[in-house]
Amino acid sequence: MGLMLLVVIWLITLVSTYIFIAKWWWLPVGASSAAAAIDHHFTVTFILMGVVFVAAQLALGYLVWSYRDRGSAPGKESYSHGNTKLEIVWTVLTTVLFVGMNLASSSIWASERFRQAEANAVHVEVTGMQFAWYFRYPGPDGKFGVTKPELEDASAGGEAALGMDPKDPASKDDVVSGVMVVPVNREIEVILRSHDVIHSFFVPQMRFKQDAVPGLAIHMHFTPIQTGEFEIACAELCGLGHYKMHGFVKVVSQEEFDKWLAAREAEKQ
Amino acid sequence: MVGGTGGGETITMSTHESAVHAADAHAAPQGFIRKWVFSLDHKVIGLQYFFLALVAVFVGMFLSLLMRIHLIWPTVALPFFGEMQPATYLSLLTMHGTIMVFFVLTTAPQGGFGNYFLPIQIGAPDMAFPVLNMLSFWTTFLGFIVLLAAFFVTGGAPLHGWTGYAPLSALRSMPGEELGADLWITSIAIFCLGALMGALNFITTTLDMRAKGMTMMRMPLTVWSWFITAILGLLAFGVLLSAGILLLMDRNLGTSFFVPLVTLNGQLTGHKGGSPLLWQHLFWFFGHPEVYIAILPAMGLCSQLLSVFSRKPIFGYKAMVYAMLSIGFLGFMVWGHHMFMSGMSPYTAFAFSIMTMGIGVPSAIKTFNWLGTIWRGRIRFHSPMLFAVGFVSLFVTGGISGPFLAQPVLDIYLHETYFVIAHFHLIMGVASIFGIFGATYYWFPKMFGKMMNETLAKLHFWLTFVGAYAIFMPMHYSGMAGQLRRYSQGTEVAWIKALTPIQVFISIAAFITIGSQFIFLFNLFWSMWKGKKASDNPWEATTLEWITATPPPHDNFGGRTPVVHNGPYEYSVPGAPKDFVMQTDPEIEPAH
Repeated sequence: MGLMLLVVIWLITLVSTYIFIAKWWWLPVGASSAAAAIDHHFTVTFILMGVVFVAAQLALGYLVWSYRDRGSAPGKESYSHGNTKLEIVWTVLTTVLFVGMNLASSSIWASERFRQAEANAVHVEVTGMQFAWYFRYPGPDGKFGVTKPELEDASAGGEAALGMDPKDPASKDDVVSGVMVVPVNREIEVILRSHDVIHSFFVPQMRFKQDAVPGLAIHMHFTPIQTGEFEIACAELCGLGHYKMHGFVKVVSQEEFDKWLAAREAEKQ
Repeated sequence: MVGGTGGGETITMSTHESAVHAADAHAAPQGFIRKWVFSLDHKVIGLQYFFLALVAVFVGMFLSLLMRIHLIWPTVALPFFGEMQPATYLSLLTMHGTIMVFFVLTTAPQGGFGNYFLPIQIGAPDMAFPVLNMLSFWTTFLGFIVLLAAFFVTGGAPLHGWTGYAPLSALRSMPGEELGADLWITSIAIFCLGALMGALNFITTTLDMRAKGMTMMRMPLTVWSWFITAILGLLAFGVLLSAGILLLMDRNLGTSFFVPLVTLNGQLTGHKGGSPLLWQHLFWFFGHPEVYIAILPAMGLCSQLLSVFSRKPIFGYKAMVYAMLSIGFLGFMVWGHHMFMSGMSPYTAFAFSIMTMGIGVPSAIKTFNWLGTIWRGRIRFHSPMLFAVGFVSLFVTGGISGPFLAQPVLDIYLHETYFVIAHFHLIMGVASIFGIFGATYYWFPKMFGKMMNETLAKLHFWLTFVGAYAIFMPMHYSGMAGQLRRYSQGTEVAWIKALTPIQVFISIAAFITIGSQFIFLFNLFWSMWKGKKASDNPWEATTLEWITATPPPHDNFGGRTPVVHNGPYEYSVPGAPKDFVMQTDPEIEPAH
């Protein structure tokens, strides 16, 4: 029975570790400036935890096999209540490991979340509602127009869905889109809002996720470094249509972005 | 509390006398109703909790079976359900989580085994408050009935997930969020009341009813784990109860604790000014300690089993006690790690993260000490031991993903993915369930006077152990690839659709693993009637439940009062006549 435990525990450990290392499945290739640092720290954590995982499982399998009851009389060495020195050694080791890992990652977190977006960032207001995402750009005046809950009409889509007040001069040049178009290599300031329940804005390639909470306007930022189309999915249960609440981020060159925005402005006039 | 034997001794003496009075106060009842239904006997109440959890776990498992079928065959027509709609899927996951967390993982290890064995293991004739004990069971039972009722009311069971995030859970926005959601939160509130009564009873019993010589540091680690769990329960369930009442008020009385100004289907809801994050803070202030409420008893039990079946004292008894105390203490300071992406201040994330990584330290100490316990032992591979070894393996595997999720910078990506599902199912779900299985195989002879069939038990272990890994290990892979939880279909988002092969593998593994649980169920009931008769101490263990008759008499020790002279884990003591020294045997030389 001891041998069988050893074989099964070792097999499970080695096979599952192999599938990790062979990267049958892994995080998608990153497409934002934060991705490299985050992925690096993921790999560091993965290696450290992987070593602990494999070592602990192999030790467990080995010990249960090695110390199976072989019918011999108990030896003196088997009567032991522990070893204080060893306890101290592994307490210190694990403290250093866990706290160290944490400190190593805190600067990445700080640069993602403690810092405000740069002054020249592109501002996009992202609004979640059951079950769609809307993206609003402030236009040449740099100001978002006022929105009013009583004006919201989700079935009409676009500006009406956001409840924009047409009487507010600041909303005259606001552009509302169902696709998030952003320029590459520019910092994007995202202002997250929700009309109804909590949604979560998740773009895997950007290594970006943030809940959109009704009643709050949450400011976050990311910098895409690759052009292309990236899918957005809602990552917080928001109702029956949660599974189909998705959208796209289209990362384009600065010129294309300017052209797109100008065309949308022109459409409005 | 821990030191100072002098003072403790007198307390034990005096309470011991009052304990005898308590036993006299309720002599063995005669009628069926008083004996088996409204019983005051902690052993019967323990069994009632156990069977409640047994029913609950099969209901919860059946719901997960339906979910696994739907995830790989979304259009198949099921009997009674027809083709499953998103609403049905969401109600299944909500009820699965709620039933498993409250009525299985909290109910079986603490209410079930804790009730049955805590008083016996400390040498008491019963719990401190037998009537309260009976009340706490029936309150919990009522909570379960109210929860199940949600399936049958108009609109059906709630859809907001077991975490019930507001405003989704606070608004009557869709069918399941009507009466079903009211019943859900009412059930949880009722459960909290039962758990609070139970916690008070456990704490008082442990502090006041210990037999002569049973100092705190001679208590089996199981007793320590039930005691610490009770303290956690006392502090955590009160908060959840309050949160639940506030949520009920938001839903029914027009208050706005958790709901800001929101529109729903183009209509203003009439709420304004509330905070959705407040619900999350209150919920997780309960929710994180709850993880330890589920796993601590399994840790205590597993320590016990490893020592008994390795025929060796526990490695680092004191370190184990301090590790459990620090896990319990730190467990109250980490709730914010569920909220890194919630919009909470990013500065607090840093503090919550450090604390969470800190919990890794006592958890690692426990793992080292479990390995230390079997090291140089003489291991007997009875079924309880297999489950204890399985527990250690699963605890390591489930624990190792914790430091990923505890770091906010990695949680940005991993939050709400299947990586999280893998993590908490392995550590809080499967590892705890292995503790419950181990406890069942270990204590069944004491509870029912019969032995369980060992061949079936071993078959059950192998299928469940390999099956659990086959279900939950691949969830790490799909989580890393971005698979999101609580998606009733994976057909809409391209990257999720690409992960269907993993879902198919997991579902097949789940079908086999779920099927093999019927081996356990059969063994349990078959052995009650047909099992080999058990001796008083079939495992040659040292703690007090093994000095009394099998099954134990109404007052636990048949009029005798045990006096304790030894620690709980004296195995292979050099010079002793047998390889184990009972706690009531004459005192051996102080151990080193």
